[in-house]
Formats: sequence, C-alpha cells, structure tokens
Amino acid sequence: MDALILARWQFAITTIFHFFFVPLTLGLSIFIAILETKYVRSGDERFKKMAKFWGTIFLINFAMGVVTGIVQEFQFGLNWSEYARFMGDIFGAPLAIEALLAFYLESTFIGVWLFGWEKISKKAHLASAWLMALGANISALWILIANSFMQHPVGYALEGGRAVMKNFFALLGNPNVWYQFPHVLSAGVAMAGFVVMAFSAWHILRKQDEAIFRTSFRWAAVYALIGAVLVGVIGHFQGQFLVEHQPLKMAAAEALWETEQPAGFAVIAGIDERRQTNTFELKIPGMLSFLSYNNFTGKVEGIKDLQAAAEAQYGPGNYIPPVALNFWSFRIMVGAGLAMVVLALLAVLWSHGKQEIANKKGFLKVIQWAPILPYLAGTFGWVMAETGRWPWIVFGLQKIEDAISPNVPAWNIAFSLVALGVLYGVLSIVAVNLALKYGTSAIQSQEPAPAVAD
Amino acid sequence: MVLQTIWFILVTILFIGFFFLEGFDYGVGMWLPFLGKKDEERRAILNTFGPFWNSNEVWMLTAGGAMFASFPHVYATLFSGFYLALVLMLVALILRGVAIEYRSKRESLKWRSAWDWLIFFGSALPALLWGVAVGNLMRGFPIDENMHYWGGLLPLLNPYSLLGGVVFVALFLMHGANFLALKLEGEMAERARQVGFKTWIVATVLTVAFVIWTFFETDILTKPGINGLIPAVLAAVALLLVGYFRNAKRDGWAFVMGSLTVVFATIMVFAGLYPRILISTIKPEYSLTIANASSTPYTLTIMTIVAFIFVPIVLAYLGWTYWVFRKRIGLDKKVFVY
Repeated sequence: MDALILARWQFAITTIFHFFFVPLTLGLSIFIAILETKYVRSGDERFKKMAKFWGTIFLINFAMGVVTGIVQEFQFGLNWSEYARFMGDIFGAPLAIEALLAFYLESTFIGVWLFGWEKISKKAHLASAWLMALGANISALWILIANSFMQHPVGYALEGGRAVMKNFFALLGNPNVWYQFPHVLSAGVAMAGFVVMAFSAWHILRKQDEAIFRTSFRWAAVYALIGAVLVGVIGHFQGQFLVEHQPLKMAAAEALWETEQPAGFAVIAGIDERRQTNTFELKIPGMLSFLSYNNFTGKVEGIKDLQAAAEAQYGPGNYIPPVALNFWSFRIMVGAGLAMVVLALLAVLWSHGKQEIANKKGFLKVIQWAPILPYLAGTFGWVMAETGRWPWIVFGLQKIEDAISPNVPAWNIAFSLVALGVLYGVLSIVAVNLALKYGTSAIQSQEPAPAVAD
Repeated sequence: MVLQTIWFILVTILFIGFFFLEGFDYGVGMWLPFLGKKDEERRAILNTFGPFWNSNEVWMLTAGGAMFASFPHVYATLFSGFYLALVLMLVALILRGVAIEYRSKRESLKWRSAWDWLIFFGSALPALLWGVAVGNLMRGFPIDENMHYWGGLLPLLNPYSLLGGVVFVALFLMHGANFLALKLEGEMAERARQVGFKTWIVATVLTVAFVIWTFFETDILTKPGINGLIPAVLAAVALLLVGYFRNAKRDGWAFVMGSLTVVFATIMVFAGLYPRILISTIKPEYSLTIANASSTPYTLTIMTIVAFIFVPIVLAYLGWTYWVFRKRIGLDKKVFVY
C-alpha cells in the first residue's frame, strides 16, 4: 500500500479512537459539576457521592482522551508535514490556544478536584469542578475552530504558496464553528446522559444503592433528552449549511446522483459507485427538499452536476467523496439520534411525576444497552464530516494527496499504524472493562483498595 | 524579527517549563519500581505528583502547539524527520499516562506491578529520546534546500546524541529523587536522599563529559554573538550546588538547584541555537531560522496578545495548586487517589 493510504488509515483510526473517549468527558464533566452544585447548595451527601461515583467513570475516560489526544497534536507533523507548512499560519494558532486556555485548565483542576476534597473549601472545590468542565469544553471549541477552517475556510489569503491568516476574528466567527461546536457539545451531553442512565439502570435492577441511582437516573434522563433534542435540531441546520457550502458532501450523504426538483429523501438505497447510480431506493418524495430548504419544492443538485461544477471551478479531477460510506454513515448517525430522542423521552416520562422507573424492568434492560447509540452516532458523524470533505484536506485549498510528508517512507507509517492501532485497541478494552467495573460496583467501594497478592 | 524573537523566547520558556516539570515527573516514574518496596510505598510515590503530572505534561503539548503556530516549518521538518523516534515516544507516553491513572484501579498485585513497569519504561524512554533529540538539534542534521530531512532514524542515533540521551536520563533521575526527597515522609524520603546523592555523582560526570563533547562537536558554546556559554557555566554551578545541598540534607535547596540546572541547560541549548532553530549540516543556508520558518507577523501578533494575557493566569493557578498540595506524603492511605 502506498504512504497516502496508510497515512489516511492512521488518521482515521487515531481520530476515531480519540473521539470515542472525548465526548463523554465533555458532557459528563458538566453533569458532575451540576451534581456537586446541588450538593454544595443543599448539603445533601447523596449528591456528593454521586459526583464522586460519576467522577471515577469520567477519569477512566479522560485518561484515554488525553493519551490519544497527544497523538492528535503531533500527527500533523508526523504524516502531514506539507499540510503543516501550508496551514501552519492558520491552524497552529487555535491548537496552541487550545493548549494554553483549555489543557492547562482542565488538567490542573482535575488534579485539584480529585485530590482536593479534604484540602480546600467546599466552594473552592465546586469551582474546580466547573473549571474542569469549562476546560474540557473550551478544548472542544478551539479544536473545532481549527477543524471548521478545514471544512469552510474564512479570513485567509493565499500568499507564497501557503494559506495565511488575515482575520483571526473571522476564524472565531466562522459559521461552521457555531453549528459544529453546539452539535458536538450537545452530543456529549446526550452521551453522558445515556451512560449515566445505563449504569443507573444496572444498579436499580439489582436494587443496589437504589435510592441514589433512581435520582441519578432522573437527572440523567432530562440531561439526555436535552442533549438528544439539541443535537438533532442543530444537526438539521448544520445540514442545510452544508448543502450550501459543501454540496458534494451532502449529495454523497444522500446518494443523490442526479439533480432533483423536488428532491426525495432515500431512506435506504443500493449504491453502485462505479456506474454512478442506485440499483434501488426507498424514497420519501419531496423530503430532501424540505430538509435542505424547509420547503417541499426546492431543487437539490445531484452528484454528477456538482462534479461538473467542481471541475469547472478547480480543474479536472474526481471531486466525489466515497458515496456509500457517507450515505450509510449519515443514516446511522441520524437513525441513532432519533432513537436516542425516543428513548430519552420515555426515560423522562417514566421516571418523573408519579411514575416509578424501577417498575419498568424491560425498559431498564434496554437502557443498559442504549449507550451504543450515542457512540455510533458520534463515530459515524465524524466519519461523514471528515471523509465527506474528500478530496480536500482543506476545502477548496489543499488536496489530501498534496498534504502528506514526502520524506516519510511507507513502512514507517505502516509501523506506527500497527503500533498505535494495536495499542489503542488493547487499552480501549482495558478502559471499557474498568469503566464497567467501577460503574457496576457499589457506591462505597470507589476509592482504590489496598493490593492483594494473586 | 522582534516578533520572531519573542516567539523564540516563548517557545524556549515552554521547553524550560516542560523539562523542569516533566523532568522530575519522568524521574519519579523511573524511581517508582525501585524506591517503592511495597504497594503502599509505590502509591505514596505516585501521589507525590498526583495532582500535578497531568498539567506538567501539558507543557509539552503547549510547546508543540506553540511551535506549530509560530514556526510551522520547524514543526513539519522536525516531526516528519524524527518520525520513528517520535512515534516511540508517543507510544511510551500513552502507556505511561494510562498506567498512572489505572494501576491502582484493581487490587491484584500483578496488575499493579505490570503497570508500574510501564510507568518506568514510559518515563525512561521519553527522557532518553528527548536527550537524543536535543543532541541532534545542537549538532544539526542534513536538511535539504526544501526543509526536508530524509535520513530516517539511524543517523540520529550517533554517539554524541546518544550520550545526550543518557545525560537526560541521569539528570531527570537526580531531579526526580530531589523531588521525592522533598515530597515524601520519613524513611522513604531518606531513601530518596541517598539515591539522589548517588545519581548526582553519575549525572555530574556524564554532564561534564557531554558539555566538553558539545564544545568540540557543535558551535553551541562558541559561536559569535549569542551563545550557550554563560548559561552552561550557570548550569554547572547549580549542578555542583545540588551535591552540596544534597549532602547537607537541605531538600528544598537541593531541588531548587537541580531545577536551575535543568533551566540553565535548556537556555544553553536555545541560546546556542539562536537565531537558528534546526541546523542543516548540508549547508548553513538550508537551516531553519526564526526568519525563514516562522508564521506571518499577523499570526504572531495575535498569538503574542493571547500569550501575554493567558500565560500569567495559567502560571498563577499552577502556582496555587503546588501551594495547596505542598505537604509531604506519608503512608496514610486516606489521602491516596492513585
């Protein structure tokens, strides 16, 4: 295999693993801070126990988020040195600001939060919980500012063969950021809600610390519903933004080969990328027009016309992203998202008012497995965001094939791909096992125990 | 040139913070399996840097990010050029980070002992590799006219740079022992003092040898204008004082002098490089300098404003946490998190 394919696989694997662990820390850090706020205000020790309990899950995740994040920061230099040269003037700044504003904040106050329970006042401890949550989420903001430029470049000029920053505030005000960041943030909120509900369901079904976990469940249900609804609503508007600015990404995600007016929405389709046609499709008439423009009559351009337009604008070449991959990624994301809304709504209805969630045994069993949904949605959402930009690494400015390090032999990339892939795989199993162990253990036994000989 | 020089200094400061803080962290990690005889002792050792090690590691990430933002060509040339070494370092850092967080999360002694050895290797390998990298930075390596280095890993493993790696390991072992002597209680602190003195002797001999070799191998100490000679002398004085204070059992001063050794040694490297960042051994004109490798004045201005606002804030809360968690750590498990 050539270096380009290996480097792309490496980016895909390292990024998917990274984003497997990060979104939970975004939403869960806020959830923990909310619980601790309740504890400090009411003095109710149960909320302190809850904050500590979910804090352990948070930390097991956070560790993986950090170590996979180190690779993220350096691989632009490792495999993509010509990207780094072309984009350094623009891309380096948000990365450095992310480290300065977010990484220090998050890592420092996680230390204070963990070690500070008996050392600092309740209020100072609560402040550290919020600062840790702030750090985690500011980090997401800055990396998405960087990513948004790759999706939708703004405030730049091309000088001397590289992109240079002309307006820093245009980068911050990039409309893409203000769709993407709330989308990612609410996805994290939904994921945290579902993970907390799942572990709470486990405990409720086994009548272990039931009172505490019923409370956790109630709070998490509301949290998950807010996240799931917001992520869908924002995603809808984000999609409309993409129709306008990355039309080929959206057309690929719809497997819409020909321009249609009004355009139908294919629920499923058999996609033949070679012949550029669908062998069969199940379509809702006019629906794609509605999703794109909020009316049932709008014209949505198809892949073939957009390819011709792209060739006219950028010169000869193939500008069609992997259609089947984007089509199915989009459907997995949206399908999982819709299922989350339904489940979260039921969870809220059945755990509030006079309803008693402990009686809904079947539903609790389903909820135990429901975290699969936000993980699927998050992973395939990013698969679409990144592969749908193909062939561009920076939309309209630099192609992926021009971004790779010319001086790195393919076997080096293969070596690091295998090394990191195996390492990430093994460590992920360890991390998930630990999360399951702590998530299903009784509340009292959260502190590390003394060692026992094997 | 003023902006580029400011960013050269800021990157230097970030590397100073990185080597000073991660230096003792790596040292603590390397001592862990040897100074901790029992599990509680190992936990005490890990809890000495418990609240800090995460933010200490951020110095490396910030240094990397700042280099990307201010000198993108350096970031591109260095990391694509030192590819395999960097990958090995990343693997080590991944294992180390996870190991510290997970080792106490199960009761099994085998589980804990396995992670402890990963903490050891995860600390020793980055220390060694950073030393090798710094050796090559001072010595220069064949960068072509397009800012690319094609040589791969083997030419980087030259004797001079390998000695640099060994020196880093020795200095960080000393620095870590000084930190443990300051942060542990009773008999464990005493053990740290003893190994601290022994490693001081080894580190001093190796460092002197390396500096002498540097004098002949590179122009870091001798080039006209700004060079690394004065900071090298200051580092040497600080290093000698480590031995004096270590012997006198003055834990605080021994740690301060060890820290100053690391600080001045880092200044020596960067002062000796300035205004070059990556030296080409093919032709001096092919070197990456603050002039030809930097971002535009606009980006540097923005970044300067951000840095001048936020660096003091970061330093303030970092200082506060070291103050909050200033107490020595004993075998009282109630304060253990790891």
